[in-house]
Order: sequence, then C-alpha cells, then structure tokens
Amino acid sequence: MSLKRKTRELVERREQILRGGGEKAILKQQALGKMTARERIIALLDEDSFQEYDLFARHEGRDFDMDKKNLPGDGVITGTGKIYGSPICIFAQDFTVAGGSLGSMHARKITKIMDHALKMKVPLIGINDSGGARVQEGVNSLAGYGEIFYRNTLASGIIPQLSVILGPCAGGAVYSPALTDFVFVVDKISKMFITGPEVIKTVLGEEISMEELGGARVHCEKTGNAHFYAESEKECFEQIKTLISFIPWNNKQKARVLRPRNPKNAFKIDNIVPSDPKQPYDVRHVIRALVDGSDFFEVQELFAPNIVIGYGRMNGQTVGFIANQPLVLAGVLDVDSSDKAARFIRFCDAFNIPIITLVDLPGYLPGVDQEHAGVIRHGAKVLYAYSEATVPKITVILRKAYGGGYIAMNSRHLNADFVFAWPMAEIAVMGPEGAANIIFRKEISESDDPEKMRRQKIKEYKAKFANPYVAASRGYVDAVIEPGETRHFLLHALEVSETKNVPLPDRKHGSIPL
Amino acid sequence: MEDNKEKKLVDFPFEGAHYWTQLTTKFADRTPWKPDNPNIILAVIPGTIVKIMVKIGQKVNKGRCLYVLEAMKMKNRILATKSGEVKIIHGIEGKKVAKNELIMELKNLEPKKITKNFQRSKNTQPNNNTV
Repeated sequence: MSLKRKTRELVERREQILRGGGEKAILKQQALGKMTARERIIALLDEDSFQEYDLFARHEGRDFDMDKKNLPGDGVITGTGKIYGSPICIFAQDFTVAGGSLGSMHARKITKIMDHALKMKVPLIGINDSGGARVQEGVNSLAGYGEIFYRNTLASGIIPQLSVILGPCAGGAVYSPALTDFVFVVDKISKMFITGPEVIKTVLGEEISMEELGGARVHCEKTGNAHFYAESEKECFEQIKTLISFIPWNNKQKARVLRPRNPKNAFKIDNIVPSDPKQPYDVRHVIRALVDGSDFFEVQELFAPNIVIGYGRMNGQTVGFIANQPLVLAGVLDVDSSDKAARFIRFCDAFNIPIITLVDLPGYLPGVDQEHAGVIRHGAKVLYAYSEATVPKITVILRKAYGGGYIAMNSRHLNADFVFAWPMAEIAVMGPEGAANIIFRKEISESDDPEKMRRQKIKEYKAKFANPYVAASRGYVDAVIEPGETRHFLLHALEVSETKNVPLPDRKHGSIPL
Repeated sequence: MEDNKEKKLVDFPFEGAHYWTQLTTKFADRTPWKPDNPNIILAVIPGTIVKIMVKIGQKVNKGRCLYVLEAMKMKNRILATKSGEVKIIHGIEGKKVAKNELIMELKNLEPKKITKNFQRSKNTQPNNNTV
C-alpha cells in the first residue's frame, strides 16, 4: 500500500470514530438541549488548541454479545488543549456512545490523561455525562472508577481539578467530582445522586423527580456539592475559563499576574458599610471596592450565602477573599458556612493564593438543629484551615467581631500576618446587649426601672469595649485604618508578604476534623 | 443571579440584639426540635410491615420485638426501647409505610407491674437485627 492509501485509511478510520454514537444518538442528545462531547471541548478550549488522544481505543467487553459492538472511542474523549493560553488536560464522556457508560478502557483513557496532567502539572477538567457503570463489564467497570478516585486523591493539592456535570452523574460516578476542587453544574442538564428516584421509590416509597433530588439548583443551594451554577452550557464554559484565569497551573506556581487596575469609581468604600452594627449591607460591594477593576469572581454563591468566598486581584495578583455577609443571617458562622470557608481556605493555601478575610459577624448561629448537626466539628474546620494555612493571611475587621467568631475569622491568634480594623470595629466577647445583660444582671433586675438601667449599662459597655482600640492596645490589631485606606494597606501587606516562607511541621499530614 | 436582593429583610434576634438581615431558605425551612416520646413507635425507615408481633393490651419488656419491617432488602426486627403496655396498633401487616409513619403507641406500666413482670431480655440489641 502506498502512503497515500494508508493516509486515506487513517482519515476514514478517524472520520468514522468522530461521528461518535451516530446521527440518531446525536439528535437525541441535542433534543435534551445538550451539546455533544466534542462540541463541548471545542466550545470550552482556545480555538484550534485541542489535540485528541486514544481515538482508536476499543472496549474490552466480551460477555453479553458486547464483543460484537463497536463503541467509538469507548465513550470518552481525552486530550490536551489550552484556555487563555494555559495548558490543560481534559476528558469528556460521550453520552451518544453506549450512554457514556464507563467500561475498563473508558476508565483507562481517563486515568491515562489524569496521569499526564499530574506529570505535566497542569489543571485537569473532566466533563461528566454518563449513565454510570457499564454493567456488562462487571467488576472491571468498578475497578475503573476506583482507579479514577485514587488519582483524583493523589492529584489533590498538586493540580487544580475541575468537574463539569453536563448530564447524569450517578452512583459511584459522583465521587470523582466530589474529590475534585470545583464542580460546575447547569440548570436542567446536570443530575447528581448516589441512588436515583427509581431506587428511592421502590426501596423507600418516596417519590421525587431527578431535578428535585439532584439537579443543579439542589447541589448549589442545599448540598454545597457544586460550586458554580449556570443557566446554559455556554455560560458554564465562561465560568470555567474565568476560574482558570484566576488559579495557577499547579501548586509550585502562582496564578498569572495581570496588569494592575484600580477599582471602579462606582464602588465607594466609605458609603457601603452602615456604622450601626445591626444594619445590613452587601459585603460583596466592599470586596468590589477593593479589588482590581472591581472584578470579583464569587465561588459557591448560592450555598451558605452568609459567608462570601471568591477570587479577585490586587495589583494584578490573584487573592482569595473570605467575608462574612451581614446581608444574610447577619453573617453568622454555621455548619454550612464553616464547611464552605474551610474548603476554600485550604484550596488557596495549597495553590499559593494569599487570603484576605473581611470580618463582620455576631458569632455562631444558635439553635438545636445547628448543635445537633455538629456545628462544633464543622466550626473547627475553619480554625484548622486558617491555622494550618501558610500563604499570606490578612484580616480586615470591618465592624463587629464577637466571641468565637472573632477568633475563627483569621485572628492574630491563629497566626494572621496582618490584622487591620476599621474605626467602627467592635472586638469583644459578645455584643453590648448580651454582655450588659450578663455583667450587670443584678443591677438591672434590682433597679426601679430595669429597662432604663439596661440601656444605660449597654451604653457603658459600648463606650468601654465596642471599639478596636482595646485589641489594638494588646497588639491583636496591627493598625486601625480608615476605610478609604484599606486597599492601600492591603496592597502593601501583600507586597511585603511576597517572600513569606513558613517551614511546614514534620508530619505526614494533620487530622482535620472532617 | 443575585437572588438575595429579592429576599426581605427581617428582624433576627441574636444575643439580646436585633439584626436586620435576610434569611436563607434552609434556615427559614428548618423544623423546630421536639423531644422524643418513647411511647410513640414510628417507622425508622420506609418499608413494608411484614408481621406485627404484639397485641393490644400486651405488656412488653424492653428489647421485645414489636414488629418486623422489611426495608432495604432486610427484615428488620423492631425492638421495644422501653417496657410498657401496647395501647394502640396503627400498623397493618403487609402495608407499606413511609418514614416516621405511626406504627403503634405504648403506655407506661404501673411502677409495681414493672418489677413483677420484669424479665431480662435475651436480645437487647436495638432495632435492626434481621430475622
């Protein structure tokens, strides 16, 4: 055979596989409002940057007549590409081929690209759209899942791992996304659960739709399993690209530095925060008033909105923000917000992203449900995550910082590098009302006019403790600053922390309260 | 998608102070805590009542099997967590029950009778022993 004929054969073979599961299956995919796996990769990556590998992989099923079936690419597309010029490894399950079911070759293609990502130290993006294990391949299919989970764990904290759920992702399959750093979901398309509505109905008699059980909204609002919610696949890809622009390729590098910009004039820091600690405001406006171009990229916006986490840039450099949100539940810490903050802190710490914490909270959410849900154990995660983090850690106390909440929010005592406080900051064991009720209980109850006495004592306590100067006098606060000076102080603090180098303790790993 | 803006500000009491803030759906929907009543026997898991092992008026000791609930492919012997007398049986053999569905009610024994009828149960393991 001549080279020409050989080349033609290659082209033909390729074309056949690139058709995926065939026209009928593709039409079915489109009818569900979904792109095909290959379309998704092309839409996500920089133009012409995708290179596919293992196109000719063949599945290994021999039982149940599987040997007679041809499954192009074995239902998964793997390769390398670029996003804004940054190299990434990617795999996308192809639902048009045997429902994207995972057999042993399918899994081997995924583990191969994962190994590559880990060797080359580049981010890994996995697009999940699969009916689950390929039942015909039996335990080999389970082995495949296990090998993926193992690599997800090995890669954790070395390369960023992103999971995109663009279809069903059920049963054991959900644990790969769960082990990765960020999970992206799309309304009406993403479905994640361990046991589906069918099983729940037969075993437990409870009826629920897939959407209500494990749809995008559920995982963004209730479970916290997902980090980014989008209305469409296109919007989802934009979120992925934005995230990739904020995070480094691996744990030995820093995120790409962009040209510094000033915050937009629309966000005037002096006008955002009311001085009465009981009045709400949106802390995201404070972040926007501080970061370059007022460009704040929020993570887990819908889950536990009483704490805000996300990325912004200061002097062009990526910074992770954690801020109590007085607009929601007065900004209290609770089970969910603790989990949310702790995980974010650890990601930032693993990937050399400095952390800025904005504090304005009255404490921990009281309630039987919170106590019984283990707020002690969950709250401990925040203390652990802040204490163990060795990236630059800077805190600004905006208004109230009471009790355990003050300690938890990256206080000096957890080894913050810089702690600043605004003049209206109140750093105390509790709010003046609660404190006065305890300290002056006797005076109040024995007074002829208890209500008047109470108000007077609250006033006394306020004058004495509801300020940043007691903490500043002990060195717990490094500087009391005007709101308008905040960006200036933060930029300087980041600059002088650039060379921060803290030796890690000699241990295998700690035991974070999980 | 700034849904928060649509939510109302409410008075949120905290340690004697009153904060103006929004509530999360999760917080607004939380169920208030109620103490357990050991005389009320609820289905611990959805399933099918296979057999009811006691009769109305029967005195039962702690650890006595009250009924068998088939759930998750297992026949679970549901044991009494306290001694008492069977007051009402709501459950019907062969019927599917939802979680927390009322199966039966017990009433406390007269203090004297407990001592008289007290027998150490051989099987004191709670709830999920299979038949």
